[in-house]
Amino acid sequence: MFSQEFMRNALLAGTFIALACGVSGWFVVLRGQVFAGDALSHVAFPGALAAAAAGINERVGLFAATVTVGAGIGAFGRGGISRGGARASGAIPTDDAAIGTVFTFILGLGVFFLTLFATSSGGGAGIQAAHTLFGSIFGLGAGEARLAAAIALGAVLLTVAIARPLLFASVAPEVAGARRVPTRLLGVGFVALLGVVAAEATQAVGALLLLGLLAAPAAAAHRIANSPFAGIGLAGLLAVGAMWGGLALAYAVPSLPPSTAIVALAVAAYYVTTIVT
Amino acid sequence: MAAEVLNPHLSWNLGRDVSEVLEYHFMVNALLAGSIVAIMAGLVGWLMVLRRDTFAGHTLSMMAFPGASSAALLGIPAAWGYFVFCGAGALVIGRLPRARERFPGEQSAAIGAVQALALAVGFLFVSLYGGVLGDLENLLFGTFLGVSDSQVLVLLAVAAGTLAALCVLARPLLFASVDAGVAGARGVPVRGLASAFLLLLGLAVAATSQITGVLLVFALLVTPAATAQAITARPLVSLLLTVALGLLVVWLGLGIAYFSVYPAGFFITTISFATYVFVRVLMGVLGGRSRRHPELPAPAAPPRGVIA
Repeated sequence: MFSQEFMRNALLAGTFIALACGVSGWFVVLRGQVFAGDALSHVAFPGALAAAAAGINERVGLFAATVTVGAGIGAFGRGGISRGGARASGAIPTDDAAIGTVFTFILGLGVFFLTLFATSSGGGAGIQAAHTLFGSIFGLGAGEARLAAAIALGAVLLTVAIARPLLFASVAPEVAGARRVPTRLLGVGFVALLGVVAAEATQAVGALLLLGLLAAPAAAAHRIANSPFAGIGLAGLLAVGAMWGGLALAYAVPSLPPSTAIVALAVAAYYVTTIVT
Repeated sequence: MAAEVLNPHLSWNLGRDVSEVLEYHFMVNALLAGSIVAIMAGLVGWLMVLRRDTFAGHTLSMMAFPGASSAALLGIPAAWGYFVFCGAGALVIGRLPRARERFPGEQSAAIGAVQALALAVGFLFVSLYGGVLGDLENLLFGTFLGVSDSQVLVLLAVAAGTLAALCVLARPLLFASVDAGVAGARGVPVRGLASAFLLLLGLAVAATSQITGVLLVFALLVTPAATAQAITARPLVSLLLTVALGLLVVWLGLGIAYFSVYPAGFFITTISFATYVFVRVLMGVLGGRSRRHPELPAPAAPPRGVIA
């Protein structure tokens, strides 16, 4: 299995992408921002297609779309919280209906770009769309894999670097604010960082399945681990485990797409914890 | 695309254009199906926004994807797959662990896990089926061409059933949505109502996604309701407004799509989003912030603070 180059590339990129998803996912679940993460993963699709339609590198579009929308959700969402008196806790984010409205529109733009791209490129559009939506981790080249691993590793390090203040700001926003922790900046910065993770992970598991790596290992870790840092570590471990297991399974069973195997294992891990604990 | 074959073009005479659109049977069917779906999605979506079940609704809409792809794999009509998977998804979500003191984010995380799994399974079906790639686009983003007479009838039956159930449940459901605690204390079966509503939501989503596609369901389910609730706080008025907005969006979207090469889903989402933004900005300018939202229920999640 390891003698195949595509498999080595997939493992390299997949490991770090899964680690980034698990670690940032732990905060996503803690902050109750699963829907926001979901919306981010969906806007990756129009971003990639817009780039394809414009003839520029798909990655540029991915990152531009997710980081912009992430910062937008982070910035506007906070305003929504402070208005809803009972929701002033800061952890239950934003107006769900507003998120839904915005990302549906952006997905609608995706259809537009898909049509635009299809009329300019002939047959490639459908395949391109399927790759963006569902990932193509076995199709990564060596350079792409290394770049993906580096970006994901950077995202992990950045998340770990802001972990302490972010934890404080997530758990007790008022106290953190009083202690001069920049809660608002952390909130926006975190969702923007999540945008980077989403764009990177889109290439591995695809825009639609990203949520599985983001939410399921983190939810399992929240159930098992009692201390925050153990939880973060466990979420990362579970995500990486799901990635390795999924890749191996997909390699062994050719008709099983890797994205399906990875997500199925991650969700299975969560399901086991709901039974055990 | 049939639209290109027919070579339609927009003239300055709106009446002539409308009658041209209505001459084609497939457009009449599309408009009928779109109208039925807009009414049902509007009413159910209004309650969904009120109940803050938006994420659950989004997840249910994703259920339509494995539904349709499994139907394609088994060779049965897609509508069956839609309804079976959306209904089953609603039952699963209704049984998920509730938010608890120690771990308030769990419910949404669990819903997210269900959604990812459904999509993963759907993708598996698609790749097992092979050759479905061309249809994948229609599945995800909808098609209004080729809505059959029987499809319209099925949609009508489902809509009628859903609306009848909503009428029966309306009063306790509204009570439970606005203040679950008080409703529970007065003996209203809050959990049962929540599950029943999710089931209705599943049916509405399954019907809607046949027109708008799996990914764009929210254009009819959430956006009109969010727009109407931003305009007025009075339940009945905003409910009627939701339906009116939904119908308008569908008619305009289908009408423009007929004269264009771009898909209807794009126009439907764009028009409904433009309406939403316009209303939000307008209400902001008018300074009507205090009456922006109808009485929203207190969030079900307990206060944060305990994580360790």
